[in-house]
Amino acid sequence: MKNISADVMETKETKVKKEKVPRQNMPEQDPKKRIRNFEEVPLGYSEKTAIIEAKRCIQCKNPGCVRGCPVDVKIPEFIQQIAEGRFIEAALKLKETNGLPAVCGRVCPQEDQCEKECILGKKGEPVAIGRLERFAADYERNSGKISIPPAVKPNGKKVAVAGAGPSGLTIAGDLVKLGYDVTIYEALHKAGGVLVYGIPEFRLPKAIVEAEVEYLRKLGVKIETNFVIGRTKTIDELFADGFDAVFIGVGAGAPVFMNIPGENLGDIYSANEYLTRSNLMKAYLFPEYDTPIVRGKKVAVVGGGNVAMDSVRTALRLGAERAMIIYRRTGVEMPARQEEVHHAKEEGVEFLMLTNPLEYIGNSLGRVIGMKCIRMELGEPDASGRRSPVPIKGSEFVMDVDTVVVAVGTMANPIIPATTPNLHTNKWGYISTHDASGLTSRKGIYAGGDIVTGSATVILAMGAGRKAANAIHEYLSGK
Amino acid sequence: MNKIIEKASLSENIVKMVLESPVIAKKRKAGQFIILKINEKGERIPLTIVDSDVQKGTITIIFQIVGKTTAQLAALNVGDSLQDLQGPLGHPTEIAHYGRVVCIGGGVGVGVVYPVIVALKKAGNEVISIIGSRTKASLILEKEIRENSDRLIVTTDDGSYGIHGFVSSVFEQEVLDKGEHVDRVFTIGPVPMMVAVCKITKLHRIKTIVSLNSIMVDATGMCGACRVNVAGKTKFTCVDGPEFDGHDVDFDLLSDRLRMYCDMEREAYEKHKCGCDGN
Ligand SMILES: Cc1cc2nc3c(=O)[nH]c(=O)nc-3n(C[C@H](O)[C@H](O)[C@H](O)COP(=O)(O)OP(=O)(O)OC[C@H]3O[C@@H](n4cnc5c(N)ncnc54)[C@H](O)[C@@H]3O)c2cc1C
Ligand SMILES: Cc1cc2nc3c(=O)[nH]c(=O)nc-3n(C[C@H](O)[C@H](O)[C@H](O)COP(=O)(O)OP(=O)(O)OC[C@H]3O[C@@H](n4cnc5c(N)ncnc54)[C@H](O)[C@@H]3O)c2cc1C
Ligand code: SF4
Ligand code: FES
Repeated sequence: MKNISADVMETKETKVKKEKVPRQNMPEQDPKKRIRNFEEVPLGYSEKTAIIEAKRCIQCKNPGCVRGCPVDVKIPEFIQQIAEGRFIEAALKLKETNGLPAVCGRVCPQEDQCEKECILGKKGEPVAIGRLERFAADYERNSGKISIPPAVKPNGKKVAVAGAGPSGLTIAGDLVKLGYDVTIYEALHKAGGVLVYGIPEFRLPKAIVEAEVEYLRKLGVKIETNFVIGRTKTIDELFADGFDAVFIGVGAGAPVFMNIPGENLGDIYSANEYLTRSNLMKAYLFPEYDTPIVRGKKVAVVGGGNVAMDSVRTALRLGAERAMIIYRRTGVEMPARQEEVHHAKEEGVEFLMLTNPLEYIGNSLGRVIGMKCIRMELGEPDASGRRSPVPIKGSEFVMDVDTVVVAVGTMANPIIPATTPNLHTNKWGYISTHDASGLTSRKGIYAGGDIVTGSATVILAMGAGRKAANAIHEYLSGK
Repeated sequence: MNKIIEKASLSENIVKMVLESPVIAKKRKAGQFIILKINEKGERIPLTIVDSDVQKGTITIIFQIVGKTTAQLAALNVGDSLQDLQGPLGHPTEIAHYGRVVCIGGGVGVGVVYPVIVALKKAGNEVISIIGSRTKASLILEKEIRENSDRLIVTTDDGSYGIHGFVSSVFEQEVLDKGEHVDRVFTIGPVPMMVAVCKITKLHRIKTIVSLNSIMVDATGMCGACRVNVAGKTKFTCVDGPEFDGHDVDFDLLSDRLRMYCDMEREAYEKHKCGCDGN
């Protein structure tokens, strides 16, 4: 047994040296090499570096980082465990509040959440919480010591979950641990939602998502893929089959186009299609895999979010000579994570700011060869507080392109609302809920994640899944 | 799951398969389709549900061998299983009592129009079916369609059977020119055939429904691969269709988009035929 007071002593000692230890870098694949492959870019901390980084944490009594975390991960606790070399325990601590730490450690916008609130960030650099989270989760997965909690006694109640994205996976895990008989119905042939069809391998290896899904299966969650709720069966048919409650976590999967002339020309993709072909269907391995994707040489990606960054970096890896971001505001307003913008710049992506497409030009075969754009300038702030872009008269110009990816947002898919009577939606088609519990206008039907909030983040979708799990448990155990 | 229960060759390059899928069998309606994926590395391809048997829990598909996936599918045997089968997808055909309807199918489109014929007949319509193929040997479902139609006209491009000519011109000569009133037309087949039929029915102001075979990926409205232009608006074939008013469809755009992967598809098919792709 370790002596607790000795631990405290050790922490105090490191505190004295704190100032001198900088935030530890995470090794990355060299940009020149990585634009030729789809392997993960950051390589993760070694045990030694993780301990050094963990020891930078001063173990605040009233930690800001936890307030910055949407699901209240016990951050100082797990970091302390890493500092002491108790890596598996750190992973278990993470999992108490976050079912997918290996995913969140990679894709959460920590710079806007926990790390933004970290006290060390006030004067210097915050503790690399995300990198430590990733380290602990990877350590546990690679150790092969993932323990399956003992099966709980079934409580005889059945819950159906529509959609196997982060919200659906989270609620399924929570409810199965409470003894519910849980079935996830997923439209695609693979579970994971955006984690498998959207976010590329070089940012989130699919093996990690598969391991998480496998873990849920071992817990007893049933997953039916190729099952489109609203088509294969409606929600009311699920109730008729004996389900006591249904959770809708189908994401905001429908692509938005700009409705400008020529947008339906060949070689113009929605980001969803481009990324789905590449990630879910593994078109980057064509012809070993059967699904093709156009390998453009001059690729323009319209948009400035994470989805645009993922698309443009995919285009590079598919062999683009010029991979360009076309964004109508400036870098300051760009919603993408800083880390992704930084990676894209390192890899040679060109950023054409204050530029907006007006029209696409095609050749005689109906394939895109040019893009007419207009320059923009920033005007008065709009409702969102961002300065809105205004076209500069007479600044139109035509650019040579051979592939375009439109990444200007997504919206709600109407299949479920259209086939579920009395399920209310808001004016954009997102499902309306009473409160954070996710209860919809219909008894026994809950919803959460992007289908309620519109496109948001993995961690918020997971948080919504957890809250709905609690609400469903309350509803069904009180029944 | 997704086991092949029956397999039959209907012509030189058209195959019929009966697949085990109780949930889809129970739910499907005329005009809907499935997406299938044969194995881990496979492509997702859409095929119409031609028939179903709720009791046996099976659905029927009829497909033409045109590329790698359909060739691989045709090489499977009874007892084999498909890795993935998703459906039923798309809107069902709008079936009503229209009066006299003409159903026109060409090539493998004859298979696609067959469930529409059956449903229209059941709804009490007078159904005139016109089916065509290149040559006698490639004609499919003649007997089944005859049994479900009030009248059947068969055409072949080379005159080896039935009336010599294209379905579109035969429709004009044998039905419209004879002064027969037609309340609605359903036409499914190669794009040039649907274009020819729509041209004629537009002149005669007969509402005409076509079923579009755009390239698809997810088939749930998530990607937009299947987008077409209908009455000046972008529509997704998989969730807004696959059937549309033929007089509003931009067929040139559809043909262009269908050609988008031609070279790659050929590459995949050639590698498959010579066995260089390992499967
Ligand atoms: C390219 C891309 C990059 C992103 N990068 C980041 C990032 O770095 N960090 C971050 O935090 N967030 C990121 N996001 C956002 C994040 O992925 C989403 O907010 C999150 O995945 C939403 O989770 P969800 O559970 O609501 O739905 P989703 O992940 O969208 O999953 C929904 C699932 O439901 C299925 N489904 C849909 N309709 C039906 C139906 N009718 N029946 C059955 N199943 C159905 C879908 O196939 C899908 O699998 C990114 C998003 C994209 C597209
Ligand atoms: C809603 C819908 C229903 C369909 N129903 C049937 C059906 O019942 N029976 C049937 O035989 N086919 C049907 N099709 C067409 C079928 O999906 C394609 O023939 C199939 O995807 C070809 O796959 P492949 O890998 O064998 O050929 P590929 O190698 O992908 O293509 C080979 C050739 O076929 C063309 N092609 C590719 N995709 C399509 C497509 N979606 N439609 C037409 N031509 C295409 C290519 O341009 C190329 O020339 C349907 C398509 C849709 C969208
Ligand atoms: S705010 Fe920073 S230093 Fe304080 S406990 Fe959290 S991670 Fe550690
Ligand atoms: S096939 Fe993806 S939206 Fe229709």
